[in-house]
Amino acid sequence: MTLLTIKGMRVEFPSRRGHVTAVQDLTLEVAPGEILGVVGESGAGKSTIGNAIIGLLEPPGEMTAGEITLKGDRIDTLDDVQKRAVRGSRIGMIFQDPLTSLDPLQTVETQLIDTIRENLGVSQSEASDRAVALLDAVGIPDPAIRIKQYPHQFSGGMRQRVVIALALCGEPELIIADEPTTALDVSVQAQILDLMKGLCRDRNVGMILITHDMGVIAETADRVAVMYRGRVVETGTTEQIINAPTHEYTQSLISAVPPPGRRLARFPLVTYIEDAQERPEGLDLATHWLGQSRDYGAASETLLDIENLHMRFVTRASIFPSKRLFIDAVKDVSLSIKSGEVFGIVGESGSGKSTIARMVTGIYKPTSGSIRFAGQEITGLSRQDAAPMRRQMQMIFQDPFSSLNSRMRVRDIIAEPIHFHGLAASNDEAQKIVGDLLDVVGLGAQAAQKFPHEFSGGQRQRISIARALATRPRFLVCDEPTSALDVSIQAQVLNLLKDLQQELNLTMMFISHDLPVIRQMCDRVGVMRNGQMLEVAETETLFTNPQHEYTKHLLDLMPKFTGFGAQAAE
Amino acid sequence: MISFIFKRVFQSVIVMLTVALIAFALFRFVGDPVNNMVGQDTTLEERAELRDRLGLDDSFFVQFGRFAKNAAQGEFGISYQHRRPVSELIAERAPATLELALISAFIATAIGIFMGVYTAIHRTALLSRAMMTISLIGISLPVFLTGILLILLFGVILRWLPTFGRGEVVQLGWWSTGLLTTSGLKALILPAITLALFQMTLIMRLVRAEMLEVLRTDFVKFGRARGLPDRYIHFKTALKNTMVPVITIIGLQLGAVIAFAIVTETVFQWPGMGLLFIQAVREVDIPIMAAYLVMIALIFVVINLIVDILYYVVDPRLRVDRAATGH
Repeated sequence: MTLLTIKGMRVEFPSRRGHVTAVQDLTLEVAPGEILGVVGESGAGKSTIGNAIIGLLEPPGEMTAGEITLKGDRIDTLDDVQKRAVRGSRIGMIFQDPLTSLDPLQTVETQLIDTIRENLGVSQSEASDRAVALLDAVGIPDPAIRIKQYPHQFSGGMRQRVVIALALCGEPELIIADEPTTALDVSVQAQILDLMKGLCRDRNVGMILITHDMGVIAETADRVAVMYRGRVVETGTTEQIINAPTHEYTQSLISAVPPPGRRLARFPLVTYIEDAQERPEGLDLATHWLGQSRDYGAASETLLDIENLHMRFVTRASIFPSKRLFIDAVKDVSLSIKSGEVFGIVGESGSGKSTIARMVTGIYKPTSGSIRFAGQEITGLSRQDAAPMRRQMQMIFQDPFSSLNSRMRVRDIIAEPIHFHGLAASNDEAQKIVGDLLDVVGLGAQAAQKFPHEFSGGQRQRISIARALATRPRFLVCDEPTSALDVSIQAQVLNLLKDLQQELNLTMMFISHDLPVIRQMCDRVGVMRNGQMLEVAETETLFTNPQHEYTKHLLDLMPKFTGFGAQAAE
Repeated sequence: MISFIFKRVFQSVIVMLTVALIAFALFRFVGDPVNNMVGQDTTLEERAELRDRLGLDDSFFVQFGRFAKNAAQGEFGISYQHRRPVSELIAERAPATLELALISAFIATAIGIFMGVYTAIHRTALLSRAMMTISLIGISLPVFLTGILLILLFGVILRWLPTFGRGEVVQLGWWSTGLLTTSGLKALILPAITLALFQMTLIMRLVRAEMLEVLRTDFVKFGRARGLPDRYIHFKTALKNTMVPVITIIGLQLGAVIAFAIVTETVFQWPGMGLLFIQAVREVDIPIMAAYLVMIALIFVVINLIVDILYYVVDPRLRVDRAATGH
C-alpha cells in the first residue's frame, strides 16, 4: 500500500503580473520505508512540493489543483486545525540549515519535550524518557547530559541530528527532508545520510529527500523524481535514472556533475538549459585592456612562497594571560605556487583554508611567518607599498550575492579597481575596458548598465571574475567560487575560469571542499585539517595514491557517483 | 561574567564622576554661592568668614573631592530656596515621581508589548491598522499637548478625573503613597497615561518590527512544521526571541520616563522631583539642580547595568563560557 499519493498537483503564486506557476501536473507516490529523491536545480519547485504537502506554503501561494492523500486520507483539503494535527504527528520535516532551525533560547530538552507532549499527549515524565531515547536513536552521545544543553553548544552535524530527533517526536509516517545535508561537511553529510537511511528502514517511515546534489541521491534514494521548471520530467529507480536516464534534461544534468574518478579537459555543460551560454569564440585576449600588456616583469619560477605561516585568533580576551583563549586557525603552513600553476587547497569547514587566502590577499595580518610574492616579502608592507602587490593578485569570493555592492551598477563595480589603482587615463577608457571584460566573461558589454540584482547567481559570479581581472592580475585567489551555484552553472563558471587561466597564463589558488571539482581544476593540491597542511601532492598522485590517513578518509567519503557521462564513455 | 560586571561597574563610576564634575561646576561658575546665601546687608568680614567656613578658598581638587564624598553619602548641601537639606527635599518628593514613572512604565510595557505582538501576528486585521494609526498619533504629539488634551476632555468637559496634584496620600514610613486612596488613584490616571503614551507607541512599534523578523526565521517555520500550536509559537518561541533587543530599549526608556517626567509633572502640578527641579531652575537653587543631575545620572547607570545583566539571563549564548562551546 502506498503511503503518500500526489495527483496532478499545481501550486500557483498570484502576483500583480499574473500567476506564477511553481509546480504543475505533479504526480508522485511514496511507499512506507521508501526514500524518494526529488532532484532539480534552484527554482525547479522542489521545496514548494514539500511545503505544499505539509500545508505551509508561504502566502499568497496556494495549491490550485490536484489532491494529496496520506494512507487514504485527503490532507490538502483539511482546515487549519486539522492540518496542524497532521504536521508533526503524521508528517515530519527537516530543513536545510541546522544552525537556524532550532530556537536558540530554549534547551534541546524543552524543545523535544514540548513537541512530544503536543503531538502525543503523554505525561511530562514519559515525554522526558522519550526525548532521551530519541537523542540516543539519532546518535548523540551522552543523551541524558546533552539534552540539558542549548543548541549553540552543539556542532553543525549534531544540531542536524537534534533537528531529525525533533522531526521524529510525533512518530510521523512520512518525513520530508529539504536539502538536509547541504550545509554540512562531506564527512558529516555521510553520517547524517546513513542515519536517515537507517531510521527510514527501522521505523518503516517514508521519506521525500529534496536535494540538488546527484551524489546524495545516488547514495540514499530508492527512487528518483527529476524536476525541471515545476514539472517532473522523469521518475524511476535510482539505478535507472543514473545509469540510463531517458529524458534529455536528466542526461545533461547527470553529465554536468564533475566525475571524481578521472580528469576531463572541460566540464560538460547542461545544454538543455536555454540560457547556458559560452563566451564568443575568437576573442583575442591579448588585445584586451586596450592593447596594454601587463607592466610587470616576466614571472619568476615561483610566484608565491609561503613559509611557516601562522594565524592565531583571540576568542576570549582577558587581562590575565593565563585566562586568554586562542584558536590557531593556521598552524605553521608552508607552500609554494609556481607561475602558471593552479594550486588547490581542500579541507572541511574550519580547516583554515579561507584564512590562508585572506592572509595572502592582505585581509588578515598573519601572526608570524612570511609570504613572498614574486620574490618580495609582503607581510610587513604598509598600505601604500602593498598596493602594487595587491593589484597583481585578486580574489573571487564564494557568495555571489553579498560580494557585489547592490547599490552600484555593474560598470561602476568593475571600474572601481581600475580607478583605485589608476590604471586608466580617463573614465571613457575605463568603461571601454569594462566592456571588453564583460565580453571576455561572456556577459556582453550591454550588461554594464544593469544592477547586480538583475543577474542570476552564475552571472554574478561572472561579474566577480570580470572585476577580479580588471587590474590585470597574474594571481587569482578563488575561495569556493562555485559552492553556491547549481551544478549546471558551476560547470560554466569553472570552464570560464579554466579558459582564462590558460589564455592569460594566470596563477591560481583554488580553495574548495569539493574533491571532484578540485580534481578537474588543479595541478597540485594541498589537504588541510585543523589549520595544518597535511599533504601536498600532484593532483593525480593525490587521488590515485593518497599518503595521509585523512586524505584517504576524505576520498572514501567522496560520493561514489560516477555519472552518466562516465558510464557512457566506458 | 564577573569580570564583565566588574568592567561595567568601573565604567559606571567614571560616568558618575564626570557627571559629578559637571554638577560641581554649577556651584563654581553659576553665580557666587556666598552671594546666593546671604542677604545684602552682610559685611565683607562676615562674607569672608562664611567663605572660609564653607571651604570655598580651598583648591579646586579639594573642593571637588569634598563634593564627591558628600554626594556619595547623599549630601548635597542646603537648598537656598527652602532652607532645608536637599537630601530631605528629594526623599520627600521621590516617591511621587517614582510611583508615577513606574506605573506609567508598567502601562507602556504591558500594553506596548501586547499591541506589538497583536499587530505582528494579525498584520492585516482592522484592529491592527487602527492600533498603528493611533500609535502614529501617540508618537507625533508632544507630551504637554497630550496632557492638556486629556485634562480638557476628562477634567474639564467630562469632570471625571482631577486635573492636578496627587490627591490624598498615605504615609508608609518615609514613603508617601497615593496608591491606597481613591483620590490618589484617580489623580494618578491622567498623568500616568500622558507619560506612558509615547513610550507605549515606541515599544509597540519596536516589538512589532522585531516580532515580524523572528516570525520569518527558520526555527519558527520548523516549529510549525512539527505541529506546535500557534499560541506556543507566538508566545513561547517568538516573543522570547523578540525580547532580547526590546529589553535594552525598555530599560533606557524607564530611565527617560523618570528623568523626563518634568513636563508631565509641570502640566499636572504633580508634586514630584521634576516639579522641584523646575522650581529650582526658576530660583537658581543650585544644590537642588546639582543633586537632581547626579541622581538622574545614577538612575540611568544603574538601569543600564541591570539591562546588561538581563541579557545574560535571557540569552544562553552569552551565559555559557565560550570555551565550552562544542565545535
